[in-house]
Amino acid sequence: MMKPERPVGIAGYGVYIPRFRIAAREIARIWDGAGGVPVDSKSVPGPDEDTITMSIEAARSALARARLAAGRLSAVWVGSESHPYSVKPSGTLVAEALGATPWVSAADWEFACKAGSEALTAAMGMIGSGMAEYVLAIGADTAQGRPGDALEYTAAAGAAAFLVGPAADAVAVIEGTTSYVTDTPDFFRRADTAYPVHGHRFTGEPAYFSTSRGAAERLLNDLGAKPSDFTYAVFHQPNARFPQTVAKQLGFTPQQIAPGLLSPKIGNAYSAAALLGLCAVLDVAKPGDTIFMATYGSGAGSDAYALRVTDALVERRERAPLTTAYLARETFVDYAVYAKWRGKLVMG
Amino acid sequence: MDLAKHWRIRHARYRLEGQRHRTTGEVRFPPAPLRPGEAHDSWEPYVLSGRGRVYSFSIVRQPPEGYDEQAPYLIALVRLEEGPLVTAQLTDCDLDQVTIDMPVEMVTRKLRALGPTGLIVYGYKFRPVV
Amino acid sequence: MRNVYIVGTGATPVGEHWDRSAASLAVEALAAALGDIPASRVGALYVASALNGSLEVQSQVGPMVATAAGISGIEAVSIEAGTASGGVALRQACLAVASGIVDLVAVVGVEKTTDVLDARRERALALAGDAEWEAIHGVTTTALWAMLMRRYMHNYGYGIEDFAPFPVNAHANGVANPNAMYRFAITADKVRSAPMVAEPLGLLDCSTAADGAAALLIASEGLARDVSAAPVCVAASAVATDTLALHSRHDPLWLSAVAHSTATALRAARMTHRDIQVLDVTDPHGITAALVLEAGGFAERGAAVALARDGAITPKGALPLATGGGCKARGDAVGANGIYQVVELVAQLRGQAGAAQVAGASVALAQCIGGIGATAATHILTME
Repeated sequence: MMKPERPVGIAGYGVYIPRFRIAAREIARIWDGAGGVPVDSKSVPGPDEDTITMSIEAARSALARARLAAGRLSAVWVGSESHPYSVKPSGTLVAEALGATPWVSAADWEFACKAGSEALTAAMGMIGSGMAEYVLAIGADTAQGRPGDALEYTAAAGAAAFLVGPAADAVAVIEGTTSYVTDTPDFFRRADTAYPVHGHRFTGEPAYFSTSRGAAERLLNDLGAKPSDFTYAVFHQPNARFPQTVAKQLGFTPQQIAPGLLSPKIGNAYSAAALLGLCAVLDVAKPGDTIFMATYGSGAGSDAYALRVTDALVERRERAPLTTAYLARETFVDYAVYAKWRGKLVMG
Repeated sequence: MDLAKHWRIRHARYRLEGQRHRTTGEVRFPPAPLRPGEAHDSWEPYVLSGRGRVYSFSIVRQPPEGYDEQAPYLIALVRLEEGPLVTAQLTDCDLDQVTIDMPVEMVTRKLRALGPTGLIVYGYKFRPVV
Repeated sequence: MRNVYIVGTGATPVGEHWDRSAASLAVEALAAALGDIPASRVGALYVASALNGSLEVQSQVGPMVATAAGISGIEAVSIEAGTASGGVALRQACLAVASGIVDLVAVVGVEKTTDVLDARRERALALAGDAEWEAIHGVTTTALWAMLMRRYMHNYGYGIEDFAPFPVNAHANGVANPNAMYRFAITADKVRSAPMVAEPLGLLDCSTAADGAAALLIASEGLARDVSAAPVCVAASAVATDTLALHSRHDPLWLSAVAHSTATALRAARMTHRDIQVLDVTDPHGITAALVLEAGGFAERGAAVALARDGAITPKGALPLATGGGCKARGDAVGANGIYQVVELVAQLRGQAGAAQVAGASVALAQCIGGIGATAATHILTME
């Protein structure tokens, strides 16, 4: 288990989910979906949205919850597999929009769906070492799936931002983290290609399940804790079934994961997926509650965290829109509009 | 390649940073250059709240070059709560949803891309309050 | 300062001149204005063009037209003030003649818009607004007028249909103008059922940008008597400006450049509004004409649309407007509009306006505004 010498926590958090949705059945209407659909619907970014714009909004909410001036940030880090530029950081633009420039570190992180939690773990190190007081760790994605591919049903968009700071100023203290990584090619996208490829059933047990369990079991063991010690649990959610299955394998109950399970309605928000789940849990948690989270990124790795909610959460969470506000404004589009906005209309 | 003209006003575009007069307290947006006779420190940077109401609006159906793919889109004059009026697109908003005086809030979005290989220009838009 | 006279007018039809260049249109208009006067007598040439730089990718339009007219060597300069270019160029010509330095000046307004038919055209027209704070948001000049129209309707309780008399009047008058692009009448019903361009502005309440050139010869008093049987006096000339961006204005529904330049011109001519018997203003949309009439003092605030509804703007009304068809039916020659207006009003003052003739007209007002009113140029013309 990794744990900073100086206690660290989440001082503020913010979410962003685009307004638009497409129903999985609508995708199935176009492509043969006779085998059932992995989610009910997924979020779709509007034509003027990308990882940068979504990161900005989530980050603004995180700062608003902590009432922290952006000038006090030591770093703005954006984890994503869909940075708008291949070369030119998202982090600088997000930092500029927040008003955090120029005396700030900014960088982009990449690790498939756990790029955001990479930034979170690194932020713990910055704060825990005393190098920094506050760091923004953001996970955001506008994920793409090849038309007709299984991934198209779930590849979604969203952002979650965590303002990481000293535990004394936290809505939730991070009690420890583990990271579990192997070279497992379950899903990847080569440079300069539009859509990723995935390993079908190889993405399951040898990748998502064993990796998530690896990080989770190590953290539970090092904490001397068992699943029933936690009020809530959140897992990476590439579809509706995987997080429920891995929770069951580890011994978490459906009740523990229900508040943080967003994928049935918004699909897989990639780098934001598990982090959005954690935000949704913080929206409803009470002081003293404990939260277990394990992220997952293909390639493959998982970061597990144990958090404990403080008294500060109750007041701070009301200072910015709750996850439910974003979930509630769902506007469904058909496949034609979705294809137009996502750049899928290409003459052969 | 248009770079500097967008770069130098990034604070106004990304976060609605205008100016406040140090003595009168007047807030203005967009920021303006110093006028003849004004002391160099007359105005200080000031970030507006982003909250306002729709003064008027229209739908652009014959777009200028660079906005073809967005059309039809909503354009509005927004009266910001600090006083200034600002021209911007409305986003996350149905074409038939807008009314005069509708409360809106600022979001930072993509305004346009300067071609498939060029700069992406980001800036303020407004949407119905979440 | 010397008195200044218009001693010659000329214009090409407004339309889609596929086989004509800007220079050839300009020379045709100039030749018509010159008539029997040798081009060699022209002391200076002012060319008004709003879009030549952006659409034709050609600057130095002054020497371009002078060269085509065979008078290269003279002082020739292009003047750009958006859709007010023509009026501003006319003012420069008046100043030059009034100063005593030049006796005969040619003013040519020319616009060639149909060489570019894609979205670059809307972009070029939007250049008249503020590039940094308006155009970057995808706003068009039409959309800015549309927003003013919606707010006007909200403030004063009008419906879209109340604006129809403006294009209906323009089309009725355009029938009599041989240079008009649309020489047919339209009904209020047709205006109402037209598709939307920028809500609440429909297609038949929007002018069409087209090609055309118009020219005037401006002379000193002494020369005017020699070369013209019916010189028209420029009794006043005034240019005023407003903020470039619409949103910078304290009251967006008030066109202060129009107010200032109209008041200045009336004062200079020692006239009141009642002296003006016929007028032509920038009127690509009904709302534009309405706001211009109100800021100009020809109608109370909120009342111009009611005046139009009650028939005041027809040739037989108290406030005859767009007797040559206006921007809507004549066709919108953008930077040349300000010259077309004067060509048409000179015909009115000479009693040559045919079916659109305002009986006994001897005092006329021409006014053109740039973009959403950042520039306003007003001229009062009299027939002695």
